[in-house]
Amino acid sequence: MDRSSLSRSRRFAPAVALAAAAALTLAGCSSSSGGKKSEESADGASAGKATTPRMTIALVTHQSPGDTFWDIVRKGAQAAANKDNVKLVYSADPSAATQANLVQNAIDQKVDGIAITLAKPDALKDVVATAKKAGIPVVGLNSGVSDWQKLGLMEFFGQDESVAGEALGKRLNEAGAKSAVCVIQEQGNIGLTQRCDGVKKTFTGKLQTLNVNGTDMPSVKSTITAKLTQDKSIDYVVTLGAPFALTAVQSASDAGSKAKIATFDLNKDLTGAISKGTIEFAVDQQPYLQGYLAIDSLWLYKNNGNYMGGGEQPVLTGPAFVDKSNVDAVAAFAAKGTR
Amino acid sequence: MGMTQHAEPAVSSPPASGPGKVKDGRTSERPLALRLLARPEVGVFLGAVAVWVFFLIAAPPVRDGSSMANILYQSSTIGIMALPVALLMIGGEFDLSAGVAVITSALTASMFAFQLTLNVWAGVVVALLVSLAIGFLNGWLVVRTGLPSFLITLGTFLILQGVNLAVTKLVTGNVATDDISTMDGFDQAKKVFGSSFDVGGVQIKITIVYWLVFAAIATWVLLRTKYGNWVFAVGGNKDSARAVGVPVTFTKISLFMLVGFAAWFVGMHNLFSFNTVQSGEGVGQELIYISAAVIGGCLLTGGAGSAIGPVFGAFMFGMVQQGIVYANWNPDWFKAFLGVMLLGAVLINLWVSRTATRR
Repeated sequence: MDRSSLSRSRRFAPAVALAAAAALTLAGCSSSSGGKKSEESADGASAGKATTPRMTIALVTHQSPGDTFWDIVRKGAQAAANKDNVKLVYSADPSAATQANLVQNAIDQKVDGIAITLAKPDALKDVVATAKKAGIPVVGLNSGVSDWQKLGLMEFFGQDESVAGEALGKRLNEAGAKSAVCVIQEQGNIGLTQRCDGVKKTFTGKLQTLNVNGTDMPSVKSTITAKLTQDKSIDYVVTLGAPFALTAVQSASDAGSKAKIATFDLNKDLTGAISKGTIEFAVDQQPYLQGYLAIDSLWLYKNNGNYMGGGEQPVLTGPAFVDKSNVDAVAAFAAKGTR
Repeated sequence: MGMTQHAEPAVSSPPASGPGKVKDGRTSERPLALRLLARPEVGVFLGAVAVWVFFLIAAPPVRDGSSMANILYQSSTIGIMALPVALLMIGGEFDLSAGVAVITSALTASMFAFQLTLNVWAGVVVALLVSLAIGFLNGWLVVRTGLPSFLITLGTFLILQGVNLAVTKLVTGNVATDDISTMDGFDQAKKVFGSSFDVGGVQIKITIVYWLVFAAIATWVLLRTKYGNWVFAVGGNKDSARAVGVPVTFTKISLFMLVGFAAWFVGMHNLFSFNTVQSGEGVGQELIYISAAVIGGCLLTGGAGSAIGPVFGAFMFGMVQQGIVYANWNPDWFKAFLGVMLLGAVLINLWVSRTATRR
């Protein structure tokens, strides 16, 4: 075994990398356009700070790692926490059993309030009951609009996925669409399926669904291309997340299809695409608002005994449409990653 | 896949694992057709042809040239990774971190260039160094500890998954990278890693060319060079290989670094084709690369396989995945169809090689 040469390369590798990086920086191979320098420093909304006693609130979601959408929810929650003098404890796991454990963990920490998502309500039933028994108020957000009252949650903030889908379907009718395809990036996800079902309910044209492998962009691109080639009559592609909408634009051009693109959910690249006109419109369920209201509501309950939605009705945060007519107002916030 | 080309005891014989192997006197000469069928890549080739013909009949749009280009594009992004993954498997190891390593590389290039406002090529170079370092680390840990590569690379898989997310969040404030498409060097890099060209009115993605070129190089290295012999030798029997002077440590580490190189390449393709990268992508892809290699005739136990087999393995994946869509089958069954078709293809492959090797 040539250990000596190995240890030598090991010693030198970091140094070489560092030197290369430094050299590159100094050698003036800097970019004259784009990049960090062109990005303005941007902070989220801030509005003073409450003088109420410090409290701790746990936010437990079914986020899978690295998903842009949940990042925005968390930013909203953090903004409310900063303003309300709240310590925010965030945890997440896509598996319902683990999510339930994380809620139990929050109860054990004796937090002052818990906000949860109900992607799989049945799995969380017991742990919600435990929290109530321990006297901890629980609110729901994002998913579970039809189950939050059954589980005895205080309030709910989110979008009814079917309602959002129905709204998008109506919008397709107005746009004169005849045949659309609804692209599901995660096969078997309830919320995504509900969106497509909602579109189907109101859309008068023909609606098909298409499953793609959301963790592999090249595969998403070829699968949408394949669908547009297979069925030339498709005139609208509906995606259920911003990154997939941007990929669908490439697919349409690859397939030589004139299909237009509409999507659920926003990000900063998407707002650019809407103002350029490559994407028609997006349904925004305002994830920032969901996170913000969930935390703020628990603070209000503790300090003033308030119930948003009167404790009877969910507080709907969507569907808000973003299209060419209002994209400029939204774009600035999307650039900060809060919209 | 049972009887495939097994490792020669690594004596200083000339490269001799090609089809024209000298007979050793133990068996009588068998007909050429049977000897050909006994090779792993022939079985998978027939499986791939079967799947292709099936979809030509079942899905009319597949007959179109641009559809074929689309299928080959999907196959190429799997295939470029399946190649080094296959070589690594022939060398007796495998790499569970290969899927997220692609995203690590893309994230590194994007963030390095964007945050320091450099020409994107600077990010590309740094990403290459990072990818090779990850490969080196995997290989070095496997060789030094003697632990199964399953455990070591499962560890790096989890580390990379976490680091991808945490560092991206830390650096960009979001979980996706910023759009770098307006930066200097982007158009040039896109030409290299993500362009396409016109052949008779059909747009061919450049990754298809790289895929086939890499496969040709890998085949040549495996069958005609000393290094190729070393790969078979360390996968067949590490200790006897070492005893006859094969540099086991070098061979294994270099194979892991080769996976790193391919991960960098595919990562750059992802970055320059889609402008931004989401940090949660890539999970689960490692199994697709490994499947393509196994379907292509590489044994999970090492010491046997080819570089051309995984090309057909990757093609089969792309063909089935897109063929289902071209055939317009009920998408709820998508994954089940995929599984059944692949299992069927592997069984044909197995049956062919069994029939061919039976006397």
